[in-house]
Amino acid sequence: MASFFDKHIKTPVEAAPLAVFRILFGLMMLFSIIRFWSYGWIEKLYIEPKFFFSYYGFEWVKPIGDATYFLFVLCGLSAIFVALGYKYRIAIVVFFLSFTYIELMDKTTYLNHYYFISILSFLMIFLPANAYFSLDAAKNPKKAFQYIPAWTINSIKLLLAIVYFYAGLAKLNSDWLIKAMPLKIWLPSKFDIPFMGQFLHQEWVQYAFSWFGAGYDLMIPFLLLYRKTRPFAFVLVVIFHVLTRVLFPIGMFPYVMIISTLIFFDAGLHHRLLARLGILLKVGKQKFDNQQQLVLKNEAITKFKLATVVLFFAVQLLFPFRYVLYPGELFWTEEGYRFSWRVMLMEKSGYAQFKIVNGESGRWFYVDNSDFLTPFQEKQMAFQPDFILEYAHYLKNHFQKDGHKNVQIFVDCQVALNGRLSTTFIDPNVDLAQERESFAHKNWITPFKDEIKGI
Amino acid sequence: MRKFFGILLFMTLIWACSSDDNGVSAPGEEPDPTLGPGEESFERGPMLANWADNIIIPSYEAFAIEIENLNTSFEAFRADASTANLSSFRASWLSTYKAWQRVSMFEIGPAETEGLRLNVNIYPTDASKIESHIVSGTYDLSLSSNRDAKGFPALDYLINGLGETDDAIVSKFNANDKAALITYTGAVLQDMTALSARVLSEWKQSYRDTFVANDGASATASVDRFVNDYIFYYEKFLRAGKMGIPLGVFSGSVLPEKVEAYHKADVSNELFLEGLNAAQDLFNGKHFGKSSSGESLASYLDALNSVKNGEDLNKLINDQFNAARTRVEGLSAFRQEIENNDPPTNMLMAYDEVQRAVPMLKVDMVSAMSISIDFVDADGD
Repeated sequence: MASFFDKHIKTPVEAAPLAVFRILFGLMMLFSIIRFWSYGWIEKLYIEPKFFFSYYGFEWVKPIGDATYFLFVLCGLSAIFVALGYKYRIAIVVFFLSFTYIELMDKTTYLNHYYFISILSFLMIFLPANAYFSLDAAKNPKKAFQYIPAWTINSIKLLLAIVYFYAGLAKLNSDWLIKAMPLKIWLPSKFDIPFMGQFLHQEWVQYAFSWFGAGYDLMIPFLLLYRKTRPFAFVLVVIFHVLTRVLFPIGMFPYVMIISTLIFFDAGLHHRLLARLGILLKVGKQKFDNQQQLVLKNEAITKFKLATVVLFFAVQLLFPFRYVLYPGELFWTEEGYRFSWRVMLMEKSGYAQFKIVNGESGRWFYVDNSDFLTPFQEKQMAFQPDFILEYAHYLKNHFQKDGHKNVQIFVDCQVALNGRLSTTFIDPNVDLAQERESFAHKNWITPFKDEIKGI
Repeated sequence: MRKFFGILLFMTLIWACSSDDNGVSAPGEEPDPTLGPGEESFERGPMLANWADNIIIPSYEAFAIEIENLNTSFEAFRADASTANLSSFRASWLSTYKAWQRVSMFEIGPAETEGLRLNVNIYPTDASKIESHIVSGTYDLSLSSNRDAKGFPALDYLINGLGETDDAIVSKFNANDKAALITYTGAVLQDMTALSARVLSEWKQSYRDTFVANDGASATASVDRFVNDYIFYYEKFLRAGKMGIPLGVFSGSVLPEKVEAYHKADVSNELFLEGLNAAQDLFNGKHFGKSSSGESLASYLDALNSVKNGEDLNKLINDQFNAARTRVEGLSAFRQEIENNDPPTNMLMAYDEVQRAVPMLKVDMVSAMSISIDFVDADGD
């Protein structure tokens, strides 16, 4: 145990892998921000909508009008600073805060990989990613270290391993493995992809993709950790993520993951990469090879840092399992679905028609959702209970301001999951205006009619 | 190291090849010869061809013929504004209006460019705007501000709404200022004729091939866009426009003045049923004016279902259309239903039946086909 602790926590290891990671992470994030902006998504997702869906407890986080662009500028600038390793600590804190703020503004845009970026940048606050090949280290040789404690690199590996392994665990269910759902729906619609398209409607291909996907997610952390299988594993990583990129509209995520897995390689690769980069930028890499070891001083701040990292991982390990505390089918109620690496698991869509009833006169009318929501918001709202509730309360306030009295809100909501016929999702007789958001189970969700076995 | 850059290069190449392609595959692609019978994948190309050649273009042609007849009966009425000629003008108007119900849902390509639906069937029509145009004699019907002063609803006002009785209407067309009235009616007709002729010729000349060749699967592919337009039509124009809005289901109080063909008063249910039949026939790929049918959303669902062993959506959706039709057939004209009943319970129940098809189309059907509704250009995960 002591030797394990020494080997993976305390032992000094080359800082180069973390430096490469920092540089590539910064560049990727900068590129992501530019891409997001250039597609007009800031305008479309954060400026144009009248209403934004908030995370429970973060209702105060809203887009700030045209100043929202400033948030993205801040985020992009801090990404550059992170890549350069200049004023790294402040830069990564600013990046974490601005990126996370952006993600909290509207949960309509929730994606697992945005969450991944948020928590990864949080973790990076506590890592000495600027110890090597950075402007900070170049300017202040006292802060330059060739070696850093092993845990600083291993923590990133652990986070990646959790993401993959948990994504694999989530696939161990009867829909994915026995019914090949939702790939059985998604793959045939990609018939026009060159070469591959003609095979995608064949059942065995759909099963092969499902099983390979689950196996890949579960195995890849171990294949990457073990030196002999690592090159093979990296080839798998590239093939897998490029395939997902070709098949599905998943933006930058494949590239982020491919780049991130480089951290599993030995320092030799990173030294060669940095040497080339050094020649390109006319920066001598040698001056960073100073044989200095970073030893964290045994003081309160260090202890606080380590405790935070340990707590962080405890949360990461446990949080995805919170769904066991809720009754009902997870895929249906989605109570405990987010922030748990459940990636591309469901073909779920819904239709929600809200009925506004004046409790005094009994008069009623339906809401045209497009009066209040963007098509994207409406689509996301129609099958997620927390969205439905939040929107119901928004409608209640809106129509009360319009002078309606005793407003009651009912919804006729039909949801289809993984190829099952759509069925009633929300109890149509429950006045949603009376229900409150909380972490407790929402008993107005109609129970799932079928069964999905597995984790 | 070299290996590493090799992989990086490979990756970049694939990225470059796959980057945001619109997925337009070459027309005339060979079907996979290795597939046995019964294992064939559904081809979208033949469905598009069936829609274009056997449904859309024939429907527009029939509409064009009706428009021609309408012009002929208008000419007769212009020459002699008698009650008999008014009746036949009115009959032509109704029969053209019904033919319109069979093309209204094709608001894609040329019709979308011309804004055909916006230009020929915006109701309620603005009677006072029409009157002031007639008086002033200066108007530009191509302006979007005049959309509620032209098209079928404007004709409805001019031939059904100008007076209480046929004699009263005919007398207006024989009064001293009849020229301005006739001119305006002619201008409205001319506008409709020109617009629909342009749409039809565009379909025949080039858009048909563009439409059929774009047989891929992406947000911009023909099937995805057409299905979106189809569902949009069913939800907004058939369900809400013809029934929901006048019923007051979105406003809390009935709005009988918003029924289609308000001045004619007794045909709104007929027009609705024609639209519903057109929507169902398109779903089933039924050839226009014939009993034969071809590849369709229904056969697409069947083909997908043979793999999935799921529910028989084709049957469920057809059953729902039929149930809706039965309900609506039991109603009087919508204006009577709304004006004579408080609340108009029977029509509300019929509306619910029409509504029930919406989630089936918008949730079950598109999810089975993996078509996204109101395509949103954002990342998924």
